[in-house]
Amino acid sequence: MTGPGAEMIDDMLDRLCPMHVRLGPDGVMRHFGPTLRKIRGGQSSEGQAFWDMVTISRPRSVDGMDALLDAARHGGTLRLRFRDDPAAALKGVVVPLDDGGAVVNLSFGISVVDAVRIHGLSAGDFAPTDLAIELLYLVEANAAAMEASRKLNLRLQSGMIAAEEQAFTDTLTGLKNRRALDHILARLSESGETFALMHLDLDFFKQVNDTYGHAAGDTVLQRAARVMVAATRERDAVARIGGDEFVLIFPRLVDPDKLAMIARRLIQGLEEPIPVGEQTCRISASIGIAIRQDSEEAAEDLLHRADIALYAAKRAGRGRFRVAGAGDTAGVDDATFSHDGD
Amino acid sequence: MHGLINRALQSFVCTTYGKERWRRATVAAGLSFSEFEAMLVYDDDLSRKLFDAVCAELGRGAEDVLEDLGTYLVSNPRTESLRRLLRFGGVDYVDFLYSFEDLPDRARLAVADLRLPRIEVREQSQNRFSLTCQPGLPGFGCALLGVLRAMADDYGALVTLGRSVTEGGSETVWVALVEDAFSEGRHFDLGVQAG
Repeated sequence: MTGPGAEMIDDMLDRLCPMHVRLGPDGVMRHFGPTLRKIRGGQSSEGQAFWDMVTISRPRSVDGMDALLDAARHGGTLRLRFRDDPAAALKGVVVPLDDGGAVVNLSFGISVVDAVRIHGLSAGDFAPTDLAIELLYLVEANAAAMEASRKLNLRLQSGMIAAEEQAFTDTLTGLKNRRALDHILARLSESGETFALMHLDLDFFKQVNDTYGHAAGDTVLQRAARVMVAATRERDAVARIGGDEFVLIFPRLVDPDKLAMIARRLIQGLEEPIPVGEQTCRISASIGIAIRQDSEEAAEDLLHRADIALYAAKRAGRGRFRVAGAGDTAGVDDATFSHDGD
Repeated sequence: MHGLINRALQSFVCTTYGKERWRRATVAAGLSFSEFEAMLVYDDDLSRKLFDAVCAELGRGAEDVLEDLGTYLVSNPRTESLRRLLRFGGVDYVDFLYSFEDLPDRARLAVADLRLPRIEVREQSQNRFSLTCQPGLPGFGCALLGVLRAMADDYGALVTLGRSVTEGGSETVWVALVEDAFSEGRHFDLGVQAG
């Protein structure tokens, strides 16, 4: 295409499609739209063949002017990339001209967000009808809104964690509560893991409460809680499930000797005199121990066995512990592991 | 009222007058909290009471406070993202004025439940524009006036502004453009730098 016709088309397309390129019949680039010229500044020039600037991935067979014009006749989108900047995907549409040449209009497509930054484009580089600016607006608006939502979610999440912790904590002693215990037992039951469980009951606590009052009782409970936490490992759980009743869980600890040692240490610790104001309080503890060797055994059954062992220990006098025999329901194996008491 | 609007007032009062005065206003309004969540919606009555309490605490008229709030929103570095979003509206100040016709739609695209009054933009005579806000958010015109004043500086345009209220409750902001390119204005990069 030569003469005033070509110039008119160039002027018109510069405004409508600032990313277009006009090709001669030989595939040589004769005219760049202003935005394309801006981003190609230096790297490509009018006079170069189109193929030297881009590689086309769709349609696959386009490798010359004939194929390009054939693609134009079939319509559809060109997908292409600059040879020297293969990261940025481009879209294009090609329209044949009377002189055997063609106009190819290019677009950044979704990669426009990166393109404006990399090439320093401004609103004037896009046709006023192009939605690129609106897209950029939307990207930023969404990012800002998402950030606000993310912050809200973080605050809600930390509030939830705090509320959950409170719901699982015995507020007087800071130990776990009944609900937390149920939770832990359910999880252990599901996992089929081996573990041991102690049911611990404070002895003479009622007397402390009756003699010195509830405030003294609370102090004693807090002290008892510290003794139990100190006598157990990080991964063990100590829960207060009633006034002076506690359950201790020992994941993967099934050695009766070790458990007996812990029980002895617990009783010794709890028997140490506790100063409350002017007074000194003395308590002790009875402990029933049940060991889960069989992964089929339900947590309730294990608790029940520990219960029976606890009552046997109590019957035998205060300050003692018993280990429930396997499959034991009523009878208790009390010969080997009972504590000497005082 | 949308949390973003409450949050805007909170940010403005805390940054300009200090957290203690904001806290006093929330107490005076009978609120049990002083931090608004931008992405939650609050009761209109609560927002209105709080705004009255803020005006009383600051000892300033409602219109003045709202105009300053509008200016704060587009000129304070803490709310830079809002200025950027507004700058997407137009390449020059007149273009920007017309973008207010899209404001409710733009707001909704960003935050689906944020409803702002529709604004009609007319060129009344050469370089004299009117922006008429539909009723619904009382005092919106005052805040808009503050936004337009600050954004004129941003674009480097010299303008004079005024405001009138009709009986129906719709507010009109008048803009007389004295000079489109009075000063340099602030630079606006389309692409936001990462980080």
